[in-house]
Amino acid sequence: MKGRVHSIQTLGTLDGPGVRFVVFLQGCRLRCGYCHNPDTWDLEGGEEREAEELFSTVLRYRNYFGNEGGVTVSGGEALLQPEFVAEFFALCRENGIHTALDTSGSRLDKAVDRLLGVTDLCLLDIKMTTDGEYRDYVGCGLDGPLGFLKRLDERGIDAWIRQVIVEGLNDTAENIGRLNSLIAPYRCVKKVELLPFRKLCSEKYDELGIKFRFGGYPETAEATVERLGKLVRLPGCGESGAGNR
Amino acid sequence: MAMQFSEWEGFRAGDWQEEINVRDFIQKNYTVYEGDAAFLAGPTERTSKLMEKLNHLFQVERDLGGVFSVDTEHVASLTHYKPGYLDKENELIVGLQTSRPLERGINPFGGMRMAKQACEEYGYEMSERILKEFTYRTTHNEGVFRVYTDEMLAARKIGILTGLPDAYGRGRIIGDYRRVALYGVDKLIEEKKKDKAEKGKNWMGQDNIRLLEELYQQITFLGRLKEMAAMYGYDVGRPAKDAREAIQWVYFAYLAAIKEQNGAAMSLGRVSTFLDIYIQRDLVRGVLTEGAAQELMDDMVMKLRMARHLRTPEYNELFGGDPMWITESIGGIGENGVPLVTKNSYRVLNTLYNLGSAPEPNLTVLWSEQLPENFKRFCAKVSIDTDAIQYESDDLMRPVYGDDYAIACCVSAMKVGKQMQFFGARCNLPKLLLLSMNGGHDQNTGGEVGPKMEPLQGDVLNYDEVMERFSFYREWLCNLYVNTMNVIHYMHDKYAYEKIQMALHDTDVERLMAFGVAGLSVIADSLSAIKYAKVKVIRDEQGYIRDFEVEGDFPKFGNDDDRVDLIAKEMLHNVSADLKKTPAYRNAKHTLSALTITSNVMYGRKTGATPDGRKKGEPYAPGANPMHNREKNGALASLNSVAKLSYEDCRDGISNTFSITPDTLGKTAEERVENLMQILGGYFKNGAHHINVNVLNRQTLIDAFEHPEQYPNLTIRVSGYAVHFCKLSREHQKEVIMRTFHERM
Repeated sequence: MKGRVHSIQTLGTLDGPGVRFVVFLQGCRLRCGYCHNPDTWDLEGGEEREAEELFSTVLRYRNYFGNEGGVTVSGGEALLQPEFVAEFFALCRENGIHTALDTSGSRLDKAVDRLLGVTDLCLLDIKMTTDGEYRDYVGCGLDGPLGFLKRLDERGIDAWIRQVIVEGLNDTAENIGRLNSLIAPYRCVKKVELLPFRKLCSEKYDELGIKFRFGGYPETAEATVERLGKLVRLPGCGESGAGNR
Repeated sequence: MAMQFSEWEGFRAGDWQEEINVRDFIQKNYTVYEGDAAFLAGPTERTSKLMEKLNHLFQVERDLGGVFSVDTEHVASLTHYKPGYLDKENELIVGLQTSRPLERGINPFGGMRMAKQACEEYGYEMSERILKEFTYRTTHNEGVFRVYTDEMLAARKIGILTGLPDAYGRGRIIGDYRRVALYGVDKLIEEKKKDKAEKGKNWMGQDNIRLLEELYQQITFLGRLKEMAAMYGYDVGRPAKDAREAIQWVYFAYLAAIKEQNGAAMSLGRVSTFLDIYIQRDLVRGVLTEGAAQELMDDMVMKLRMARHLRTPEYNELFGGDPMWITESIGGIGENGVPLVTKNSYRVLNTLYNLGSAPEPNLTVLWSEQLPENFKRFCAKVSIDTDAIQYESDDLMRPVYGDDYAIACCVSAMKVGKQMQFFGARCNLPKLLLLSMNGGHDQNTGGEVGPKMEPLQGDVLNYDEVMERFSFYREWLCNLYVNTMNVIHYMHDKYAYEKIQMALHDTDVERLMAFGVAGLSVIADSLSAIKYAKVKVIRDEQGYIRDFEVEGDFPKFGNDDDRVDLIAKEMLHNVSADLKKTPAYRNAKHTLSALTITSNVMYGRKTGATPDGRKKGEPYAPGANPMHNREKNGALASLNSVAKLSYEDCRDGISNTFSITPDTLGKTAEERVENLMQILGGYFKNGAHHINVNVLNRQTLIDAFEHPEQYPNLTIRVSGYAVHFCKLSREHQKEVIMRTFHERM
């Protein structure tokens, strides 16, 4: 079947393990304040591509994947096109290619569940740590991603939790403490990645004539992310297993 | 007639004792190393002190505008200069090209005009003595111009054939410098004398007579090599007896070559693993420590970094940054499947840490899927840390050249001591396309060359018409190109023969003639535009096409799109096939490269607007690179496009320069190393030939452009070689900054 694809990044090293072929899908209903891909919001944009044809492109890059790498589907929001992604992932799986789903986790139904059946790793955003913040800055509730995480845990799918750190908003120890508590019950969480807020996307907003809601915040210093990273506690790791494994 | 020398004690016997056969010696005696880099030693205090002194001299050289000093009294030769030292008491490996460090000698054998001009450019005047001496001598340059036809001159002037080695040494020849260490010069002379006697029995036709005279010269120069070493207090008549002597002997042989010849690329060959055998023997004997072994390699590399030739500004325009291409090929796999990686493969790379990053020697890793993982990992780390090394596919080259080949210059493979190359610069393909459209008229200069025809008619270019016209002119140019090269190399053999380098080859040597193309991605994109978009022509008053207007989008090389990638591939195939239609001098085998060095800037400057939307005078992309910033699908798509070009058609190499930001390569240092390993592995598995890897941010280059004094040692790979960024011209620096940096948006 066909899906709406925004673009392809043949060399992705930041969205999952190893060298990855990253597919950015078109369309997203959330409006995260720091979103760096506002050009992927439009549900009607992008290029329609067949899952099979997209997979044949992936095969051209297979030699780069090694034991670690594979494909990552990002967005936009991949969960808006679960059938398409499921077909694409199934083809990858059949051919021994690792599949990673980069998502906000804001939808969970039968179609999404089928998609999880062919997903090896989920890069799940926990964008904020309180429901209020979620509603203010993201446009949905916190229960969505948490329910999604619970489902990943039940199905035994590895999860990497990601959060963008914005100075003046969530760059606090309290925030990381809350994050630790939120993920604590879920042993499927293998890694927590704190990402610095960047403003490279300002130009995109200008071009699209959309206001960059977080344009007023400063870019986050690496040191801040590093400092907060030390406070992260992975589920089941206790004090000694602090940080990422 | 088994040879026996006391210096060989402890080596495993083999054919190498029956005949000159370094490969056999290596295969019988080397110790493969599959471990990691933990054994490596840092610089000794002596090394650091010496390097500090050398760095100071480099600084003075830069302050003086690039040339430290010129010896205007002597003609470059093996024995014309007194022995020179950097620090006589503390050097482990000795020998300089002239009598002072960094001083450049005068070498007018290739051409007097260039030598004279080079002196004047840096404020020196050639001595009367040399001028007078050369009024009675014919240089290579004079010989060539005696024979050049009007058409050859026109093609050269218009810039469709450029960078031809007709005014300086041709280079690209690698003497088997290891032979001197293994056999000693006396033995080599004896063997050459035998060959000469044997060849003397043949019919005395022109070829045989020439060969006999060459053998005479080879023998004479082997004698001079002995004399040169004796001036430094060493007897290289006998084989080297230990690691230090082996390194010294190899270096003396190389030194003799760069004293005699000022070829554009004077490569070292494949010496690390050979030298490891001597180092290993000394380690086992307990007469050498790891620290001392590293110190010897550091000292040799320091010497190599001091090698210099006197060049003119017009030469620097082609080959920016004062390069020597002292290319050393590292690693690779033996024909038996066993890696040729030794501890010394690590040590030579480790010099980049011990002495600091630098462009020379041009360290080239022969990459194979079968290389030990540890070695791949170390190479990737060195790339990320230094931006100083390049990679070439051993898996592509081994089946063609065996397991004892080396790279000359950037990407030119040849069997060491068994093959040599006639270097042939390159032809300008986009310019040929424009010339063909205008029926032999060059818009840029107003000149005419080649068959005369009416310019293509009509307002919109038709792909089939353009291709038909282009194919006709391509065939014409290829014939002219081969003939021009034949003239050049006949004269180089006659007036500037490489005596010491050829003495370190087998007498019956196989010859390759290496042609080249520039502007591959520009012509591929141009033809793609004509085929897939609408290209309207804009004419001048006389009706010649001078510019283009493109309507609509078209596939561009560098996006893993077969529609255009196959145009590029077919282009190389057709050029290669057309070249082979005209026989090459001395039965040389035709080869082809997609490599521009830094001449892509000059080629672009001399070429009008092209149908791909490139403006008049804009630089081309280097080598086989996609045009700057036309890659839209990320780094691997770009690599895949280049990997499609066939080594079969391009046996002299396909150069790709790849720049990526550290952040794009991965989050942590370990991830970056692993990811780079995967990228290299995938690229070569997809059939690619070569890659230069730069891991840096564009901003670093912009800073270095604005504050060169703060970045004296910033090293980057440009096109088959590395340079100190600050030594490039402003124009070259700008072009490098403009290139695609693969980064995450």
